[in-house]
Amino acid sequence: MSSHTYELTHLESLESESIHIIREVAAEFERPVLLFSGGKDSVIMLHLAAKAFFPARIPFPVMHVDTGHNFPEVLEFRDRTVEQLGVRLVVASVEDAIAKGRVRERPDGIRNPLQTVPLLDAINDNQFDAVFGGARRDEEKARAKERVFSFRDEFGQWDPKNQRPELWSLYNGRHHKGEHIRVFPLSNWTELDVWQYLAQENIELPSIYFAHQREVFRRDNMWYAISQWTQPREGEEVVTLTVRYRTVGDVPVTGAVESTAASYDEVIAETAATRITERGATRGDDRLTEAAMEDRKREGYF
Amino acid sequence: MELLRFATAGSVDDGKSTLIGRLLYDTKSIFEDQLESIERTSRDRGDEQTNLALLTDGLRAEREQGITIDVAYRYFATPKRKFIIADTPGHIQYTRNMVTGASTANLALILVDARNGLVEQSRRHAFIASLLRVPHLVLCVNKMDLVDYDEEVFNRIKNEFRQFATKLDIGDLSFIPVSALHGDNIVHRSENMPWYDGSSLLHHLEEVHIASDRNLIDARFPVQYVIRPQAQTNHDLHDYRGYAGMVAGGVFKPGDDVVVLPSGLQTTIAAIDTAKGPVDEAFAPMSVTIRLADDIDVSRGDMLCRPHNQPKVTQDVDAMLCWLSEDKLSVRGMYALKHTTRNVRAQVRELDYRIDVNTLHRDETADQLSLNEIGRVRLRTTQPLFLDEYRRNRTTGSFLLIDEATGATVAAGMIL
Repeated sequence: MSSHTYELTHLESLESESIHIIREVAAEFERPVLLFSGGKDSVIMLHLAAKAFFPARIPFPVMHVDTGHNFPEVLEFRDRTVEQLGVRLVVASVEDAIAKGRVRERPDGIRNPLQTVPLLDAINDNQFDAVFGGARRDEEKARAKERVFSFRDEFGQWDPKNQRPELWSLYNGRHHKGEHIRVFPLSNWTELDVWQYLAQENIELPSIYFAHQREVFRRDNMWYAISQWTQPREGEEVVTLTVRYRTVGDVPVTGAVESTAASYDEVIAETAATRITERGATRGDDRLTEAAMEDRKREGYF
Repeated sequence: MELLRFATAGSVDDGKSTLIGRLLYDTKSIFEDQLESIERTSRDRGDEQTNLALLTDGLRAEREQGITIDVAYRYFATPKRKFIIADTPGHIQYTRNMVTGASTANLALILVDARNGLVEQSRRHAFIASLLRVPHLVLCVNKMDLVDYDEEVFNRIKNEFRQFATKLDIGDLSFIPVSALHGDNIVHRSENMPWYDGSSLLHHLEEVHIASDRNLIDARFPVQYVIRPQAQTNHDLHDYRGYAGMVAGGVFKPGDDVVVLPSGLQTTIAAIDTAKGPVDEAFAPMSVTIRLADDIDVSRGDMLCRPHNQPKVTQDVDAMLCWLSEDKLSVRGMYALKHTTRNVRAQVRELDYRIDVNTLHRDETADQLSLNEIGRVRLRTTQPLFLDEYRRNRTTGSFLLIDEATGATVAAGMIL
């Protein structure tokens, strides 16, 4: 910032807005929780939470909705980060939910949509009243319509046609028992802002965000990693490529992109030049229908 | 790089979503997969051209009805600035969304259809932009291609609007003739309108001066959260007590004398902390943590300011209200009131008048406000508030009224 003109850069403005939102939640809610998957957006959110309460600890736990289909690098990163910050980790497990019969494995094996039930169960069981999510409005068109403080009814449902008007920096977190508020402190960040901020703050990320060699195969115009859950079908040739991930999710539906970007600067240059959205490039499950995200959000998804 | 937030408003079919689509498209902010997706949808629907409105009309109901229902936020950048667009619906029953979008905007962009000229919605939107003190207003006369790029049509609308605007309080007003569909005067100056010698819309957005729009004079710091590390392991932090918040106005520096409201106790600023270390000064809208020299009782909802420049401390509030709810405002009704970090209750004592947003006529016989209506009220609060006029400070001059039973936000208030 330049002290003579009292101007903030766009990253300083975004950071200040996010910290304001996080503090507002800590002040007005009894049992907040922050969703932390080890993905870059949740990493930034956790970093901002640490900044918001410095030098005190983050005054709420974090929660991972675990599909059971994780990149090992991401799980290791998750556990290490949580330990460093001294926050409690709650794990809501899709695998457990399947074992208990709360949800049924889909024939295609995709588990992202199955996260809603264990997420809502964990919110109820722990009586969380505010749930921080790392969603950004630039990610997807239904998200572009959502408030920073997004009301959820007793079934965790989002009603896009009946949202509270959100004015100035005044956030209305009113809710009754059993209802909760989803809070999106990164609403106004773009993918490029995220990378620029990660670089500026020198924040560590799981290694799979940067270029590495991996055995992959081509399906539906995406590169998928070979893993215990994903094997090439007949005719799908396995190749070793230099790739990285733009998003981190359920392994079977998260595609890698060909890239040699091994540092923040290289990723930023690549992100600035890319012509495909990150979800379009890497998320098989978002392609299901035109309104796939809206439908899932209505049911209580992230 | 500076951040500019702008709100777009227009009547149904003024081509607002198309204009935004055009801005995104021409600044290369649309990604190939998004374009493919809307091209496919346009084809399926039988549209002749790729319907850029589909980029922003993201909800199922919006696509079905072909209208924008809710505020959508869009993002784009040029080498000069980053932009956040609040795309607000023009459909009459959703006008409350314009208030939402305008509340944080540096600039409001109002669209009119060149064929129709000013309509009720255009006047309403201009009035709301002025009421919410959006510092810069741009009137885009769209669909110039459908009136043969006629200068007369543009001038007629411009003059009519100027006349209307004399009744409003608009700081900076510009007029741009455009065709969003064909891209005239959006990114580049149009060759179809050689008679127009102003800048293109994008050029205007990049160059408009916004740094002086903030209040850097009246120091205001609403205390948001008290930071007290419970550190058994770190004895240095044992006595740490910091007041976290976002500066709402003016500039704070270590060593400044400050007064704490409502107690009136005075002390000085010992330090201004951030996670990166102490800073020499804090100004709006920085989020910081202030430590005070004396150990005095300060909590959320209190406000720090300078002893010789204090806000009004009062339980009587005169304000303009924009009513946002289907449930009407009732005189003598009690509501929860949210002002900066302070939560109180408020009773509506009087409705002085209701404004007809088309004629700006004041109806002093009105006894209620319905959805989308605007009026002047007098409130009495259960606890004192620390108020500035909205015209001086959009943060310390604004508040929400909330229905205590449903939790719904029912009104946006601007202090007079």
